Amino acid sequence: MGLRLEFQKRTEDHPKWLPAATSIGAVLLAFVISGFILKSVGADPLYIYSYFWTASFGSWGSISDVVVKATPLLLIGLGSALSFKMRLWNIGGEGQFYMGAFFASMVVLLPMVNLQTTPKIVVFGLMMVMGMVGGALFGFIPGVLRAKYNINEVITTLMLNYIAVYWNNYWIFGKYSDAGFQMTKMFPKVAWLPRLADYAKQYKFFSGITLHAGVIFGLIAAVIVWIILNKSRWGYKITLIGDNPKAARYAGLDITKNIILVFMFSGALAGLAGMAEVSGVVHRLQERISTSYGFSGVIVAWLAKLNPVAVIIVSILFGALIVAGREIQPSGVSFLIQGITLFLVISSDVLLKYTLRIERTGKHSKSIEPEAALTEEAK
Amino acid sequence: MNPIEPTTETFAVEMKDITLRFPGVLANDRVNFTLRKGEIHALLGENGAGKSTLMNVLMGLYKPNAGSIFVDGKRVSFNSPRDAIAAGIGMVHQHFMLVPNQTVTENILIGLDEPKFVLNLKKYDQKVKDLANQFGIQIDPTSLIWQLSVGEQQRVEILKILYRGAQILIMDEPTAVLAPQEANELIDTLKGMARQGKSIIFISHKLNEVTAVADRLTILRKGQTTAEGITLGGITRESLASLMVGREIIFNLHKQEQAAGNVVLELNKVSALNNKNLLALRDVDLCLREGEILGIAGVAGNGQSELVEVITGLRECTGHILLEGKNIANKSPQASIAAGLAHIPEDRIGVGSAPNLSLTKNVIMKNYDHEPISSDWRINYTAADLRAKELKEQYKIQAPTIETQARKLSGGNLQKLILARELSSKPRLIVAMQPTRGLDVGAIEGVQELLLEERTQGSAILLVSEDLDELLSLSDRIAVMYEGEIVGTLNQKDADINTIGLMMTGSLRGDSSCSPEEQTTPAQASAEEPTSEQEAVTTFTEPRQFDRSKIVPMHRPFMESKREDKQTDDEGGE
Repeated sequence: MGLRLEFQKRTEDHPKWLPAATSIGAVLLAFVISGFILKSVGADPLYIYSYFWTASFGSWGSISDVVVKATPLLLIGLGSALSFKMRLWNIGGEGQFYMGAFFASMVVLLPMVNLQTTPKIVVFGLMMVMGMVGGALFGFIPGVLRAKYNINEVITTLMLNYIAVYWNNYWIFGKYSDAGFQMTKMFPKVAWLPRLADYAKQYKFFSGITLHAGVIFGLIAAVIVWIILNKSRWGYKITLIGDNPKAARYAGLDITKNIILVFMFSGALAGLAGMAEVSGVVHRLQERISTSYGFSGVIVAWLAKLNPVAVIIVSILFGALIVAGREIQPSGVSFLIQGITLFLVISSDVLLKYTLRIERTGKHSKSIEPEAALTEEAK
Repeated sequence: MNPIEPTTETFAVEMKDITLRFPGVLANDRVNFTLRKGEIHALLGENGAGKSTLMNVLMGLYKPNAGSIFVDGKRVSFNSPRDAIAAGIGMVHQHFMLVPNQTVTENILIGLDEPKFVLNLKKYDQKVKDLANQFGIQIDPTSLIWQLSVGEQQRVEILKILYRGAQILIMDEPTAVLAPQEANELIDTLKGMARQGKSIIFISHKLNEVTAVADRLTILRKGQTTAEGITLGGITRESLASLMVGREIIFNLHKQEQAAGNVVLELNKVSALNNKNLLALRDVDLCLREGEILGIAGVAGNGQSELVEVITGLRECTGHILLEGKNIANKSPQASIAAGLAHIPEDRIGVGSAPNLSLTKNVIMKNYDHEPISSDWRINYTAADLRAKELKEQYKIQAPTIETQARKLSGGNLQKLILARELSSKPRLIVAMQPTRGLDVGAIEGVQELLLEERTQGSAILLVSEDLDELLSLSDRIAVMYEGEIVGTLNQKDADINTIGLMMTGSLRGDSSCSPEEQTTPAQASAEEPTSEQEAVTTFTEPRQFDRSKIVPMHRPFMESKREDKQTDDEGGE
């Protein structure tokens, strides 16, 4: 007797809880599989996992670190989710992030306003706007190319990432270098996003807590994206174009315009992430401000199944992996878990479309015994 | 399982007590089916009756929960279509699976072990040619698929199966995509193949066609056999229909005589290019009045699609298109919609609906930006759901809930959904392209009734159809298209199939006056237009001086696929 797995197409809608259940199941399974791999190289997975936990959620300081790391992932993840919803494969989050950081920094570096006299709120308000403009610009380029000339956005966004990185490098090496280092001078305090640590004098508890206001941008953005997708006309148009562009055109929608708009919106969110990073974390424009947040953001969006609320949760999980990964040698362990998680979550989608049928096969494999077939809602 | 029962005859295929359960649905309920060698056996039934499911069981795509299958008297159990093909069974699907940029021969060789590495196409061209000649199929093995008509592509699909040595052919609604003449040719070919010993299963829900082609037939209704292997002698169409749908079908539509009203749509020297940049519409003049159905007849690919696209704002053109006096030529689809146009597209899944979205989201596709569905930037989904529920009720759309994805609806119900959306907007003009194609008898009746009702209400209806019976029973006037021109317009009283058939092949030209009673002169129409538009008209008085640079084919990058490869997402099945 043997067993045979067979996938059968679902003829009815899957239950509402199933997507969440398969995602959570996939994440847990990823930890189990990673555990076996760690075990096979002689490590103790349980010890590593518990260390992961304490390193990321063990203290207020580390939790704040996790949220700081999660902030850019959240913003980029939201932008990616919106564009993926329309089946636009914007993977230029990295470049849009850098351009956002660059444009925001220009407020200080040029400077665009008098940094001595302008109130703080105006300075970083302007930085926010500039950051979003920078990101949106790097969304606009592939958007126009795609909408008007049907140039594949995967290629253009990917290539623009390099352009953005080296554009940035040019200015920090060439023009604004701080004594020859690959970074600009530290920004004046007026251009810093408020951090909890700034209030350590009043509240002892906050000392050393680096959490900055960027996370609020992220949360507000999540709410806005959720409203766009679920409540607004624009969200309806995005979903319709994403599902069937021909039907959308038949219904009188302007597809060209919407492609460009979605690209710009998506880019603006990544640009805002860049601004938050220079203004809230490093306080200068420098090399490698992103630890490939742009690409992780893509993964975050997929893991969250393009759901803005889930993007919040997933980006925190990823933030934790980044923070814990710093403390574990080799640091590849957290990438290992990330990779396996992504693989499993994406493959778990198969269970939304198919049911798993386990069939007992006898020795006489020629004659099946359909009576013995069990259907099982897998998981 | 029972041992092989002694039978007096060895059937090519024998399916016994096939039961297949999908969650919540009994798709096949103890179905019996036998196929004799060298016969054409029609499998008749409405959409969703379980015909395709039964054939998918035979092809090894589904495992039955119970029952047994015998091929040539031997019990078989297929795990995949590969096994079925090895056993000599092949299926021609409704949607062809061909590579447009490859030749006929290359398409036939796809997936075969032979040739192994070196491809001597010439040798295989000859092989294909010989095979085609053997069965009297006309095809040039070296032509590229995209150059072929739909009928020719179907021949390639048949050859593909024959080349693989199939003795048993399953044809899934083969005539649904063919013009009448092509359908007749196909039927001749099939009969020839049967004479040479091939056994053919012919899935259909068109009664007249089944009576023309089949030796025997099996009828399915709601997963059960209502007639098993009966011969056709002495059976009326009506009794077949009632076996199929379980009730009597009225074949006579109630069409009342009514006088046509004011002109709603007027086309004036409209020309357009097709996707291959060839002239597809040549100086088309048309007019259509309130309460009138104008049928457009023609063999597929003679400019009908382009005509519809031009009117609905999906394709650029030259000339004038006046809808209620407003020029809508070269405006956006939105302009046409705003001017009171409803469009029932040919491709229900690919164009008419968003397959993965809910009923609600499909219903509001054209009025999502109006009260009460939306105010300012918001969409009021409560109001939208309410509207969807109303329409679902009113148009009797059979779906579990309004949350159901459009792709899960059967063809007939999807068409009802589209009609509900389009007709509920109280349109002035309805452009319907093949509104009943691929639907079962019951659904066809419903669609036709709805169109007639709109006619009574005073809408103008442009009906493009390849089903001449439908055109003759619904239309007030019939315009025949041939190579992008309207070769003649007939009043319904004077129209007969022969005349139309001759006009469709370009061998007869008729009078193409706009309307019997009242003639609108082009001068009247253009008087309402701004002068710049008039210049455009004057450049078009001479049809041969067609300036291509004036019309750029509507290249919308987001729409990658050409018209030929109307890929429809078949997920969800029937």
